Amino acid sequence: MIAAVPTPTTTWYLILSAVLFALGMVGVMIRRNPLVLFMCIELMLNAVNLTFVAFAQRLGDVGGQTTVFFVMVVAAAEVVVGLGIVVAILRRRPSATTDDLAELKG
Amino acid sequence: MLDLVWLIPALPLTGFVLILLFGRRLGDPKAGYLATTMVAASFLVTVGVFLELVGLSTEERRHVVTAFSWVPVSSLHVDLAFLADPLSITMCLFVTGIGSLIHLYATGYMHGDPRFSKFFLYLNLFAFSMLMLVLGENLLVTFLGWEGVGACSYFLISFWHERESAATAGKKAFVTNRVGDWGLMMAMFFAFWATNPHTLSYIGINEAAAEGHFSTTTATAIALFAFVGACGKSAQLPLYIWLPDAMEGPTPVSALIHAATMVTAGVFLMVRLNPVLHVSAEYASTIIAVVGAATALFAATVAVAQNDIKKVLAYSTVSQLGYMFLAVGSGAYVAAIFHMVTHAFFKALLFLGSGSVIHGMHHEQDMRRMGALRKVMPVTAITFIIGWLAIAGVPPFAGFWSKDEILLFAYDKSPVLYAVGLVTALLTAYYMTRQVIMVFYGKARWNDAHAEHGAHGDVVEADEHAADGHAADDHAAAHTDDHGHGAHTPHESPWPMLLPLVVLAGLSIVGGFIQLPFATSLHRLEHWLEPVVEEGEHHLSVAADDLKYVLMGIAVAIGLAGISAAVLVYAKHKAKPIEPQILADGWKYDAAISAFMGGPGRAAFDGVAWTDAHVVDGAVNGAGALVKGAASGARKVQSGNVRTYAAGVAVGVVLLLVWFVLLRGVL
Repeated sequence: MIAAVPTPTTTWYLILSAVLFALGMVGVMIRRNPLVLFMCIELMLNAVNLTFVAFAQRLGDVGGQTTVFFVMVVAAAEVVVGLGIVVAILRRRPSATTDDLAELKG
Repeated sequence: MLDLVWLIPALPLTGFVLILLFGRRLGDPKAGYLATTMVAASFLVTVGVFLELVGLSTEERRHVVTAFSWVPVSSLHVDLAFLADPLSITMCLFVTGIGSLIHLYATGYMHGDPRFSKFFLYLNLFAFSMLMLVLGENLLVTFLGWEGVGACSYFLISFWHERESAATAGKKAFVTNRVGDWGLMMAMFFAFWATNPHTLSYIGINEAAAEGHFSTTTATAIALFAFVGACGKSAQLPLYIWLPDAMEGPTPVSALIHAATMVTAGVFLMVRLNPVLHVSAEYASTIIAVVGAATALFAATVAVAQNDIKKVLAYSTVSQLGYMFLAVGSGAYVAAIFHMVTHAFFKALLFLGSGSVIHGMHHEQDMRRMGALRKVMPVTAITFIIGWLAIAGVPPFAGFWSKDEILLFAYDKSPVLYAVGLVTALLTAYYMTRQVIMVFYGKARWNDAHAEHGAHGDVVEADEHAADGHAADDHAAAHTDDHGHGAHTPHESPWPMLLPLVVLAGLSIVGGFIQLPFATSLHRLEHWLEPVVEEGEHHLSVAADDLKYVLMGIAVAIGLAGISAAVLVYAKHKAKPIEPQILADGWKYDAAISAFMGGPGRAAFDGVAWTDAHVVDGAVNGAGALVKGAASGARKVQSGNVRTYAAGVAVGVVLLLVWFVLLRGVL
């Protein structure tokens, strides 16, 4: 008999979401590669999405899931613009890190 | 035709634009002919408008043509509009009429000048501005013209700006006029503030005055501030100082701007606002009359001792303008306009005559080196003599009638003012006779004067002559005249210069007939101007009216006395000339102003400049430096490092969470 697998509760999802968000935030703060930075931002967005879905399930409200669709669409648009900028920068300066991109400093 | 009144200023403006674009290509003399044609066309339009206005009844003689809405600001609504009424059309008639004659004259006078087309450029711009001034339906359009003529006056006085004295004279005229412009602006502000709804239109202001919407104090303020403006533009005490110096400009300019048209703008303004003056305090018109009379006498005394042919005429102009203000102050608006018109005729004639003399004498202006010119310049001499008779007050020439009317009203106002006017008339006859004798009669001095100056002129005088000679050389070098600078035989001027002289001489003879005192039906100018002046015009007392022929007789006697005195002194040499140095120096008024402004005035201005540079600018620069310093500190925050920004956002989020969750207890 296989030991009873505990049923995941909403708390589990929230903890996972918090961990993912923290990972993304730390990544944004410590990494210098623009592409990695980008992935970290995506991670944070999806952590938030997970929270939305978890609460939607728990509260039986479809509004949270709808919001997730909005976030995905906006994230897709953001990726298009952001990756475009990143590719343009890397094409010009292949080894550029975000620390090198400080031309607009005051 | 009345709706075409906008054409009157538009034609000279077109001339200005055409000369601006093609002036150099047209050159000498075509640019001059173009300018003359434009002003002459404007004259024809004016005549058309005039003929139509004459046909209308008294109440209908006022027509407003709006070109466009100029300043529509909530309750203030100013149109660029023209007001065609007897006053503005009278002004337009002689501005464009005499203006086109002087333009024609200038094509001869300025022939050979290196900046020939530029001269006509300014002259057309002047005609445009002057017509805007007189045709303006509101104070703002008049102000536009007022400043325009001021600027053109500056350009034209310093037209030969290579000459230090001409450049300085231009600046002096401009700066002195600014003082007067301040007065006009104050009058505008007061009128705007006092009318309800706010308006700057003459019709609105004058109706408000006539209907008693102005308090006496307000009306007095408007009238007196307008008079300050008039004092500047029309060269009255204490602001007259620029006009004698303005003679540095070419003579057609002196004739057009500084005798016939621009300097009468002040008189025009006062007549235009006569309903306001009518409801202002009694002392306002007394001040105007006293200033006018004082200026008339003062300038006449100075004119007696001048040796420069144009300076005499300049002081004479100041004096005659004083007469006009004496008339305005006495409530004799018709007489003021009458004298303005006749003065425009004979003073333009005298100036153009003097220009012809100067031209014929190769830019010699000192009357001590003239004499007997009537033999070599017969046309100039005869026309100048007609002008002399007109200004000296010999009937039936134009000046007699207008001066007599002013004196009649002055007598009604106060016998003292009348006496001052009479003394001025005596001096006028004296100094003009002196001028005619020195220039056209007696011994020819143009040759020996030069020999003398070459051999034993004293140092100061020689220097002065050297400076004059230099300026004349500059001009004569460009002059494509057959006579060299060495040959000093005066010659008669070419026909474009003589034709205006002849026309103006004719007008100086018959000009007075527009207003004769003998019968009411002969008061033609008065009937014509009635819609404009009916509010303010003073009506002669019966006592003065009864005395009118006696006063006329006295005026004739005084004029003849002045003439005979001058003949005795200068032609018959029965008495030595009395020309005190203090009169030649203009009562040292100019020198006193220079000394005051150069000494304590200079120090005060230096103090103001220091305060401005250190206190005012210090405060402003300090505020600037403060902002700059703070900003250069603050911009360090923008490091350009993405990770720092991300950390900032993270810290912000944490702080917000702490605020909401722990402190506000949201959860």
